[in-house]
Order: sequence, then C-alpha cells, then structure tokens
Amino acid sequence: MTGIISYLVFFTTMASILAIATLGLNLQWGNTGLFNGGVAAFFGAGAYGTLLLGGTSQEDHLGGFELPYVVALAGGMAAAGILAWVVGVLTLRMRRDYLAISTFGMAIVFENVMRNAEWLSGGAKGLRGFERPLRDALGDGFAYNAAFLAVVLVLLFATYRFLQVLVRSPFGRLLRAIREDETAARSLGKSPARVRLTAFVTGSVIMGLAGGLYATFYAFVSPQDVLPTLTFQIWAMLIVGGAGNNRGAVFGAFLIWAAWTASGWLLSRFAPVDAQIYTGSIQYVLIGLVIVGMLLWRPQGLLPERLVISQSGQAPS
Amino acid sequence: MIQHLIDGILIGAILSLGATGLTMVMHMLRFANFSHAELLSIGAYSALVFEQLFKAVLPFTAGTIGPLSMTWALAVAMIASMAVTGASAVLFDKLIFKRVREKGEELSMVFASFGLALIIRNVIGLVFGLQTQLFSKDIIFATVLSRDPLIMVKPDQIAVLAITLLIIFALHLILSRTTYGYALRAVAENPSLAQVNGINLQRMIVTVWLIGGGLAALAGVFYGLTNQISPVIGRDLVLPVFAATIVGGLGSIYGALLGGFIVGIAANLALTVLPSGYSPSVPFLIILAVLLVRPHGLFGEERQ
Repeated sequence: MTGIISYLVFFTTMASILAIATLGLNLQWGNTGLFNGGVAAFFGAGAYGTLLLGGTSQEDHLGGFELPYVVALAGGMAAAGILAWVVGVLTLRMRRDYLAISTFGMAIVFENVMRNAEWLSGGAKGLRGFERPLRDALGDGFAYNAAFLAVVLVLLFATYRFLQVLVRSPFGRLLRAIREDETAARSLGKSPARVRLTAFVTGSVIMGLAGGLYATFYAFVSPQDVLPTLTFQIWAMLIVGGAGNNRGAVFGAFLIWAAWTASGWLLSRFAPVDAQIYTGSIQYVLIGLVIVGMLLWRPQGLLPERLVISQSGQAPS
Repeated sequence: MIQHLIDGILIGAILSLGATGLTMVMHMLRFANFSHAELLSIGAYSALVFEQLFKAVLPFTAGTIGPLSMTWALAVAMIASMAVTGASAVLFDKLIFKRVREKGEELSMVFASFGLALIIRNVIGLVFGLQTQLFSKDIIFATVLSRDPLIMVKPDQIAVLAITLLIIFALHLILSRTTYGYALRAVAENPSLAQVNGINLQRMIVTVWLIGGGLAALAGVFYGLTNQISPVIGRDLVLPVFAATIVGGLGSIYGALLGGFIVGIAANLALTVLPSGYSPSVPFLIILAVLLVRPHGLFGEERQ
C-alpha cells in the first residue's frame, strides 16, 4: 500500500513538472503560434542552471556557488530566458519556420555541449553535488517527496493561474490577434516581433522552471535528460490536451505521461528479453503516431481552445 | 587542412542533394519538413535491399565497377531506390501532409513532419535492426594523392562527387530550359497565378516530392557508401541539411546546392579548431552566423 502511494507521489510529481513545461509551450504554440522545436534545451537550461548555481563545489567542473535555492532556481529560469531571447531576436522577424529550425538546432547544440564540456557540466556522467533544499529537516524519505510534491503542485497552480490571467488580459488578446492576423495587428500599431519575443521568452522561462524542479527532484541532471525525446513528449502532451487551452495542457501532460510510463512498463514486462533493446523504438513510434493521429483526426485536442469572439455581448456592469 | 577541405566537399555534395529536395518542398508547400532527412535513410536501406536482391537474382551484377566498392547491382539498386523513395515521399504527402494542409494551419505540418520522422526512423530501426551496416565489407584503400601534407581520396568519393555534379547540372537544365521547370518555379512563386495559367497544382506537388525523394535517395546511398548505413542517418543529417537550405536561402534551389557545399566544407574546417565531439553543433553555428549576417541567405528573398 505504501508502495503504491509513494509511486503515486512520484508519478504525480513528474507529471506536474512536465505539465508546467507543457503550459510554457502552450503560451508559445497554443496562444501565439510560435513553433518551439527545442523544448529540451530550455528545460535543460533551467535544470543545469539550477544545479550549477545551487550545488556544492566540485573538483571536476564549474559550480559550487551554493546560492540559496530560490536564487538558484531563478537563475536557472533566467538561463532559459536568455537562451530563448538569443534565438528569438535572431529568428522571430523571419518566416515562421526559421524559429522551428533554430530552436531544434539549439536543442541539439545544448545536449551536445553538455555532453562534451566536462569543465562546465560534468560531461556525459552528469552534474552531481547538489544538496536538495530542506533535506536536513525532512530527510530523504517519503516525507521529503510528499513535501516536494506539494511545492510542485503549488507552482503548477501558480503557473496555471498566471497564464490564465495573462491570456485574458489585453496582452493575451494581442497574442491571439497576432496569431490570427499579423497584418491586422500591425495596422493597429502593434509590434508583432516584440510581442512574439516577449511570449517566447516567457514560455521558455516557464520551461526553465520545470527543468529546475526536475533537476531538484533528482538532485542530478545529465545529457540523457535533455534528449529530443523530451521535446516530442511535451508536444504530444499539448497536442493531445488541446493547444490554446491551459486546462487541456495540464490534462494532456498527465494523460501522456501515464501512457508513456504504462507503455514502458508493459514493454519491459512482456517483451521478450532479446527484443528489449527495441522497446524504446516502439515507444517512439507510438508517440509519433499520437502526434500525427491527433493532427489528422482531432487537431484541436481533447479539450479545445475556447475562443471568446467578442465581449460586447456581456451586460455592462 | 586540405584533407578537411576535400572531405568537406564530399559531404557537401551529399548535403546539396538532400537540401535541394528539401528547399523545393519548403518553397512550394511552405513548411519546414523535418522528415526530409528520413528519406535519406529510406533511400539507403532500400538500395541495400535491392542490391541483395539483384545480386541473388542476377549473380553477374555482383562484380564491382572498376576501382569502386560499388557493384553493378548497387548501381541499378540506386535507381530503384530513387523510385521507391520518391514514391514513399508522395505516399507520405497523400496520407499525412495533404490532409493536414487542407485543414489550413501551415505550422501543423511541421508538427506532423516531426511525428512522421519519429515513425520512419524507428520503424526502420525495428525492421533492419539498430546496428550499422555497410554496402560492401571489402576495405577499399584510399589513394594517396600526396604524402606531405597527407591527402587521401577514395575512388568512391570521386565517383560520388562526379555523379552529384552531373545530377545538379541535369536539374539545372530541367529547371531553366524546360516548360516543366518554368511551371515548377511558377507554382512555387505564386500557386494561384500558376493555376490560372493552366498548371496542374496537384501534379506539380507530386513532381516536387518525386524529385525531392529521388535526390534524397541518392544522397542516402552516397552517405552509406562513404560512411555507413544506420537508422539514425536522418537524425544526424537533418540539421546539416536544414543549415544548407538556410545558408542558400529558403526556397532557392541554387542556394541549397551551394549551401550544401558551404556547410560541408565549413563543418569539416571547423574540426581543425574544435574538438571532434562538438561536430554536431557546427551546423547550428553556421545557421546563427547566417541569421546574423545575411538573414535571408545567399539567394533567398524576404517572404513571410
């Protein structure tokens, strides 16, 4: 029984962290129509940034700044934001697939550099030497995981509320206006390039938050954690849940994460031993089928975006 | 240094073939097709299958052509593979891209292409295994052109370069001298105006996929000949091929041809200053440099 509960805690923690990243992607793709092909890079920037800033000193790589946890996490988020700003400034004025190609390239470079730059990131063996905050008070057991889950849930809810307020604000309307008709938005004196950049950086900072939490949970991050697979998973979460709908993004994250872990478990349990090296391939085919299938048969997702056409119908108060 | 330059030209030829097809598709259908590099894998693997087949059915084709490691069977298999890969590209368009396109959102096609790339890559891995394979297990010794500095070239590499240049020249003639070429360019420039002039849009789209798939198959076979065949060819080449299209300017065929060589050479020369572990990063640095200096590439024009 305790086994099941502690697994549920673990599952919900992971799903909630990925839901935060999916919310960040929803701001970019769902609300603004920006294609981020490198979610893993921004997630990774948050993860590596947090551990580097908050970790204890290590001999073989940079780090050991031992900053307070909140500062370290904010630093990780800032790292993700800076990466996003660099790519965004260069590509957001161009034809829209430039952003897709550049962010995709950025993710490849990020993983490549983390794997090779041992002085910076510990290389392929990853980044260690991070003390989880409040470990002295809560220990390493179930109590810590439950408390961590509570923090993650609060942050997930805070992110959700923030984005709900944001998309209903004039800024949110502007995002959708630019997504739907850029020329019209420009004719009203808006600057699509700048607004897009703001949305892109904000979304990436949210992904950085998710990455920071992920790294905190494991007190470890390695290049294996920032593979392009992560990007595909988070897309599948958003597309299945419903692009443009924050509730859909969270729902999709839980659903896809459940499907991913369940399929992984089933394959490892029932696939013959000599076929085990192919279970990864089968999971990738499945996630590819989910993405393509949703686009073909239900592009709006399970919980579609609810468009507010006009607010003039509401009675003046 | 000179050796790096030569290797760069050779990989550049392969990238050019891949980028030309990609840029045509991107120009006409207006989306970044992340599954294009998987067509190279399809090309390489179908050539592998056809070669075995031809060797088994027609044993006299098993001999190698002159000093090359390429057999006569592989030469025929290459043509068959171009047809199969072109047909697969048309099929993917019919099954997926056409339907997504009809729903209207251009960037959904980018998503769809990512999904398709994942499916193709991993299905190939499941069917043919994850290990690397070679067209020929014979070791072909490189010809030493010069000892100081040491410069070596394999006969295969010369053949690859020669065939690529020939194909590029043929493509240039088709595009610049035939009505078909004019029609292709017209559709890419302005689809509605081209249709008013009696050009069949659907047929042009099929043609573009056939050409793109055929060129990708060639590139895949050449990559297999000069390197090795594995299910991750697409994953490894997708970024360099995109870099080539961006260097040339999205939509410019001549740009893509030149871009392929530039990216190939630059990536190899970069290895003289960077540790080789960083080579996957080089195409992105090239993309960044182009975006900073000349955002629309060498031959690209500004278009939303």
